[in-house]
Amino acid sequence: MSDSWRSPNRVLLVALGGLTVFFLVVPTLIIVPMGFSSSQILTFPPPGWSLQWYEKMLTDRQWTTGFLNSFQVATVTAIVSTVLGTMAALGMVRGRFPGKSLANALILSPLIVPVIVIAIGMFSLYVRWKITGSIVGLVAAHSALAIPFVMINVATGLRTLDRNLEMAAQNLGAGPGRTFMRVTFPLILPGVLTGALFAFLTSWDEVVVAIFLTTAKFRTLPVEMWEQVRQVVDPTVAAVATMVLAVTTTVLLLVFVVRRQAPAT
Amino acid sequence: MPLTGPSAGRSSRRLRGGWTINRWAWLAFPTIALLVVFFLAPLVLMSLRSITDPPNAGLANYRTFFVSEADVRVLANTFYIAAISTVVCLVIGYPYAYLMNIVPPRMAGVLLIVVLVPFWSSLLVRTFAWEVILRDTGVINSLLISWGLISQPLSLIRNTLGVILGMSQILLPFMVLPLFAVMRRIDPEYTRAAANLGAPPAAAFRRIFVPLSLPGVAAGTLLVFVLALGFYITPTILGSPRETMISRFIADQVQQRLDWGLGSAMAVILMVVTFIALVLASRVVRLRDVFGALEDES
Amino acid sequence: MSATSRPVGEAGQRPALVLRGLTKHYGGVPAVAGLDLEVRRGEFVTLLGPSGSGKTTTLRMIAGFTLQTGGTIEIDGVDMSRVPPYRRDVGMIFQNYALFPHMTAAQNIAFPLEMRRVPRSEIKRRVADALALVKLTGFGERYPRQLSGGQQQRVAFARAVVFGPRLLLMDEPLGALDKKLREALQLEVMHFSRQLGATVIYVTHDQEEALVMSDRIAIFRDGRIEQLGTGEDLYNRPVSLFVADFIGESNILRGDFTGNGDGGWLTRGSWRWQVGSASMAGREIADGAAAWVIRPEHLRVESSGAALSDGRNAIDADVKEVLYLGATRKIELTLPDGQTAVGRESAEAGGIWRSGDRVRLSWAITDGVVVADG
Repeated sequence: MSDSWRSPNRVLLVALGGLTVFFLVVPTLIIVPMGFSSSQILTFPPPGWSLQWYEKMLTDRQWTTGFLNSFQVATVTAIVSTVLGTMAALGMVRGRFPGKSLANALILSPLIVPVIVIAIGMFSLYVRWKITGSIVGLVAAHSALAIPFVMINVATGLRTLDRNLEMAAQNLGAGPGRTFMRVTFPLILPGVLTGALFAFLTSWDEVVVAIFLTTAKFRTLPVEMWEQVRQVVDPTVAAVATMVLAVTTTVLLLVFVVRRQAPAT
Repeated sequence: MPLTGPSAGRSSRRLRGGWTINRWAWLAFPTIALLVVFFLAPLVLMSLRSITDPPNAGLANYRTFFVSEADVRVLANTFYIAAISTVVCLVIGYPYAYLMNIVPPRMAGVLLIVVLVPFWSSLLVRTFAWEVILRDTGVINSLLISWGLISQPLSLIRNTLGVILGMSQILLPFMVLPLFAVMRRIDPEYTRAAANLGAPPAAAFRRIFVPLSLPGVAAGTLLVFVLALGFYITPTILGSPRETMISRFIADQVQQRLDWGLGSAMAVILMVVTFIALVLASRVVRLRDVFGALEDES
Repeated sequence: MSATSRPVGEAGQRPALVLRGLTKHYGGVPAVAGLDLEVRRGEFVTLLGPSGSGKTTTLRMIAGFTLQTGGTIEIDGVDMSRVPPYRRDVGMIFQNYALFPHMTAAQNIAFPLEMRRVPRSEIKRRVADALALVKLTGFGERYPRQLSGGQQQRVAFARAVVFGPRLLLMDEPLGALDKKLREALQLEVMHFSRQLGATVIYVTHDQEEALVMSDRIAIFRDGRIEQLGTGEDLYNRPVSLFVADFIGESNILRGDFTGNGDGGWLTRGSWRWQVGSASMAGREIADGAAAWVIRPEHLRVESSGAALSDGRNAIDADVKEVLYLGATRKIELTLPDGQTAVGRESAEAGGIWRSGDRVRLSWAITDGVVVADG
């Protein structure tokens, strides 16, 4: 349908759009070739190609420990947030209790409070509880940050669920437990999985709170990067950053796949 | 278990005062507990600390902050940078969201992904990328010098320009998503009716489409502004001490000067300012639209 | 049944709207497949048909929102091929009114005048006139969401006519309203447009509405006009089974036709009926499968044994139901091979038939119309 009379100056619009796409995508991608640079310093374009920085990254204790720590924390955070976030979604969407809107505001508030405020607040208290520099503190903190994402994702799925399906299950003889396991849960599973993946990403990339809650003995990868970026700048950082990006992209692809499989979105 | 129909009565209980509570409610409890203990308590205690550290400080920390010209300048600077970043995001984001609105769905999906991938990518990686691009020996300067367009590197980093460039790119998705969410709900019949009534495309856009998109503009602007206020990583890496924003200031008080009282006070101030901005926002647009946009598109 | 008292333009005057060979394809699928239509000045023409038959697409092409794949559109003798919608000067009322939600009723109505650079003082006057025309004086400062459905429809009408267009397009404007309101507004729309002397193209799928409001009706089928004529034409002389089925209720008796000059015979099983020349409606029907379309009021229900008068045909039937409908009685019958038939009689007369009675249905050889079947 030729609605060409509708929008003012399509050509200009498309040009602007293209520039914006460039602006959004290219800066991040620049670091990828830098990681393969043969020079000792970060220059562009790289004079030659080499895998030396990847070697350095894989052999340097700090980087590998950082990677493993991050991965651990992110995985545990994902599990904790998904379980709690799903339960919270069920409680919020289907539950009724006094102070529900207040609870809802509380659960969503980590999205609103500036992260530096959260970071120093947690630092001050977690130090007293002696859970800084450990997986426990970090998981607790990251879960608080990630749960809102899980809850939003699962709640959306819950709200679009046709209640008639559950009533049909009950009518056919399934009790509350089985109705949940065989009907409700499978149908909200895409939302749960998506939430889990986003929770993983939230923890994996999180840096501000991690700066405060980690110590030299226990550091996550973003914090290692943070230290490196401000002091030494050899291309190892670029290699690490590329790796971080690779993990993020993989997770996002998984999200995309999960979405595609969703039965009735 | 469905709560419509007769079974609803059995699974709810009436508490004193006429409130009801039902079985599903208990599921929310563990999450609430975790958030209260590990999120709310730290914030509350930190707020308390702002008036109890040093002991019996009362509002002394706050007074110190507002009296010091340098400190207040940091706050003003924060607003300034946040405001400019917001405007940049709006100027870039509105045409992009509009483009997403008028292209065929396939293309719109692609444009959406282009916006969402940065949204979920590491903030640190992106800021680092900008550092590499804007440095004196970075990508832009190297290219411009090698093409002979300039002889001295341009100063693109450690100044406001660098900070705003980096922040805008990172905040852009937060502007585009609410804008797009509102735009896609504008019924195309309205612009058709305007055309039928004699409005050429520019007039129809200006008089009909833009006013109807304003809730999205309000939502996006407020969201971006509020987020920009609290930015820490990007201004610290891309800016000089002159561009210190309040978050870095707070971090410095706590990490280097170990002045917990002052640091907490400033954190409280930042929290309050953010809260006020959001309250103003909820007057103009339902916050549910903003979060709805995020949940629809993420 | 149709608005016969409209002052319609002389046959010699230039027609208000001419469509020639109008076509629209989506992909390979034709939504509109070669339309020809001429509408005289001041006429009220309804495009009637089932969903997807192309009537709305045609309307949107006239308005300029959709570019035709082939054919021409002439409004007042001017070819519209290169004219964008905002310069066509036709009034349009959309299905869901499309009243701008961020403007008051008065601002909505003022909008087309602003687009035409009418001076401010005159705008005020004309908006007030328009509101008075639709009897909504005093409602100008209300926003669309503060108005009822019927009021919104009237504001939409006022907005569409305030700039004096000669051609009005209406896309099922009364669809969203309840029956009583719809009937009241049908008369109002007719009245307003006659007052303005406007030519109206009206789209609907409701045949009763079409019969009430139109000078002429175009029956749409699969992107073509199956028949164009007054309501009376279509009702009494449908050109095909599709039209007969669409307008009003009808009984369809299928059989085999053999012509004999100015009439013929329709054979169905053991029945043989004479077809009077009037029932041919001036058309040639090829020998072969045909159907006799008889309106319920033409079927006389009589007792089986009675003598059959001259010039009448008959068929046996069993009474299935007798339904009392206030002014009339509707009799549902079953024919020997199982087909259903419908008869109507005035509630005053008759009333002697009961469910299960064996009766005979008769009709004059000149009643109804015979059409080709297929």
